[in-house]
Amino acid sequence: MTKLPDVRKKYLADFAAFSGNGGSDVPPWLVELRSEAIEHFNRQGFPGSRDEQWRLTNFSRLKETDFCLANGDRPPLNTDEVRKHLLTAGSDQRLVFVNGRYSEGALQEHVARYARPQDNPFTALGTAFMSDGAFVHIPANVVLSEPIQLLFLTTGAAGPTVVHPRCLVLVEESGAASVVETHIGMTDGSYWSNVVTEAVVQDNAQLQVYRIQREGGEASHTATTQSYQGRDSSFDLTTVELGSILSRHDINAVLDGPGAECRLYGLSQLQGRQHVDHHTTIEHAQPHCNSWEYFNGIYDERSRGVFNGRIIVQQGAQLTDSKQTNNNLLLSENARADSQPQLEIYADDVKCTHGATLGWTGGRRNDALVVDGHAGCRQDRASK
Amino acid sequence: MLEIRNLHAGVDGTEILRGIDLTIDAGQVHAIMGPNGSGKSTLAQVLAGHPAYEVTDGSIVYDGRDLLELEPEERACAGLFMAFQYPVEIHGITNAYFLRAAVNSKRKCQGLEELDPIDFMNLLEEKLEAIGWTDSLMERPVNHGFSGGEKKRNEILQMAVLEPRLAVLDETDSGLDIDALQTVAGAVNKLRGPDNASLVVTHYQRLLNFIVPDYVHVLVRGKIVKSGGKELALELESKGYDWVREPAEVA
Repeated sequence: MTKLPDVRKKYLADFAAFSGNGGSDVPPWLVELRSEAIEHFNRQGFPGSRDEQWRLTNFSRLKETDFCLANGDRPPLNTDEVRKHLLTAGSDQRLVFVNGRYSEGALQEHVARYARPQDNPFTALGTAFMSDGAFVHIPANVVLSEPIQLLFLTTGAAGPTVVHPRCLVLVEESGAASVVETHIGMTDGSYWSNVVTEAVVQDNAQLQVYRIQREGGEASHTATTQSYQGRDSSFDLTTVELGSILSRHDINAVLDGPGAECRLYGLSQLQGRQHVDHHTTIEHAQPHCNSWEYFNGIYDERSRGVFNGRIIVQQGAQLTDSKQTNNNLLLSENARADSQPQLEIYADDVKCTHGATLGWTGGRRNDALVVDGHAGCRQDRASK
Repeated sequence: MLEIRNLHAGVDGTEILRGIDLTIDAGQVHAIMGPNGSGKSTLAQVLAGHPAYEVTDGSIVYDGRDLLELEPEERACAGLFMAFQYPVEIHGITNAYFLRAAVNSKRKCQGLEELDPIDFMNLLEEKLEAIGWTDSLMERPVNHGFSGGEKKRNEILQMAVLEPRLAVLDETDSGLDIDALQTVAGAVNKLRGPDNASLVVTHYQRLLNFIVPDYVHVLVRGKIVKSGGKELALELESKGYDWVREPAEVA
C-alpha cells in the first residue's frame, strides 16, 4: 500500500526534471498541456486491482521497476536490423523513430483533444512527457495510394527506460490514407513503451490504421488508440499483438456524425507468460452509424488474454448497427482468456449484438497449430 | 420533364422547404448542394412520395402529370427512381428476388411481359458487369450486413436494372471510397441520354469531379439561393457556404 504514492512521486520528480530541461524551445501551449496532464496523472496514479477498468491486469511490474526516461541520444543502428521491419510497398513514405523521438509540427488544435489525460493515467503520463511524435496530416480531397509507415524502435540502455511514442493522424474532408504503426523492441532488456495515438477522421474521409506490436520479450507496452469520426467517415483499425510480456491497449472510437462507420480488428498470439489486455470502447453519438468489432486470441503455455468490449449507444443514436465478436483459442491448460462485453444502450431503435467463444484444444495442440498455419499464422510453429 | 413550382413541404408541422422552383428537362443532370439541414433530403423524399413529408403549398408536374397525386409505386412505374441516403435492410428477401420483383412490377405497368428468373438473371449479369460487381451479394437479404459502401452500390445496381427516366440520388456518394465513387458516377453518366434526367443531391463537391452537372443549385434553409453551371460547385468548394447564405434570411 505504501508503494503507490512513492512511484507517483518518482514520475512527478522526473517530470520536474524533464520540463526544466526541455523548457527552452517548447511552445507555451505545450508547456501548459504537459502540466495539466501530469496533474491528471497525479490525481489518478497507477491503476489498482480494485479498479473495474483495470482489475484483470496486474501492473505491479510497472510500479516496481525504476524506469528512466529514455534520452534523445540516438544509438548507432544496424540498418539490416531496421530494414527487416519495413514495408516493401510504399517504400518512400516512412518515418522512423528511435526511442520515441522525431520532430515537432503544427498540431496544437488536435493533439490531446481526443485521448484526454483525465480518462487514463497512462495517457496522462504520455501527454505529460510528450516531446516528439508523428503528425500525419492529409488535407481535404487528398487520397494516398500507398500506406505511410511509422516505425517505432526501442533500443537497449543501461537500465530500464520508459519511452512515450506519440502519433496524431488527421484526415480532412474526403481525404483517404492508410497508416502502418509498427512498434519494435531491439533489446531483450526491460523497458516500458507507453504509446498514445489519436486519429481524427473528418467528414467523408477514410482512414485505415494497421498496428503491429512486437516489443521485446521483457518489455511492457501500454497504449491508447483514440479515434474521432465525422459524418460519412470510415475508420478501420487492425491491431496485432505479438510481443512484450505485458501489454494493455485501450481503443476508444467515437462516431460523432451520421453515416460514420468503424471496424476494429484485433489479434493476439501469445506464449510463455505474456499478457495482453484489450479494452475497447465504441461510442455511437449520432444516428445511422455502424461499427464492427472482431477480436481473436490464440494463447499458448501460461499466457493470458483479456478482452473488454464496451459499446455505448447515446440517446439520439437511432438506427445504430453494432456487432462485437471475441473468439479465443487456448492451446494449453495453463493459458487463460477473459472476455467481458459491456453494452450501454440509451436509444430504442438499434441493432447491437455481441458474442464470445472460448475453445480449448484438449491436448490436440499440434492439430490446432496446423490450422493456424493454414490461416497464415506462425507457420514455423505449425510445422513443429 | 419535371417542373417544381413554389414547393413548400415539411414534416411533423415543421416547414423545411420554403418555396422551391426548379425545372429539369430531359437530357440534363442537375446537382443540389447545401449545408446540413438545408432541406436537400426533404426535397428528394417529397419527390419519391415519402408519406411522412407533407406538401403544404406549390406543385410538381412530371411529364405533364401532377406528381403529388401519385402514390410512390405509381411514381416508380412512371420512371421515377430514388436512391436512398440510408438504404433500408429487408430481412428474409434476397437481393435477386427483390430486384426481379421491382423490375417485373414496372414491366407490368408498362404493359410488358414479366421476366422469368432465367431471363432476369441474364439481364442482371449484364448490369452487374456494367457496374463492375460480382453477384456475391445477390443471394443475401437486401442490404443485410452490407457495409455503407455496399448499400450505396446496391442502390446504383437497382438504378441500373430499373433504367429510370428521372433518377434522384440522395447523397449516394457519401462515405464512398474513390473506387466506389467512380462506380456511382459511371452509372449516372451511363444513364445520361436525351430521354433521361438525373437530380443528384450531394453534400460533397468531390462527386462533381466525376459527374459533370449541367446545373448546380445551392439550397439553404429550404430555398434555392443560387443556381449556376458546374463552376458554381468549385466556387462553393473554395469559399464554403457562408457567402451564399444571406439571401435566405428574406423570408
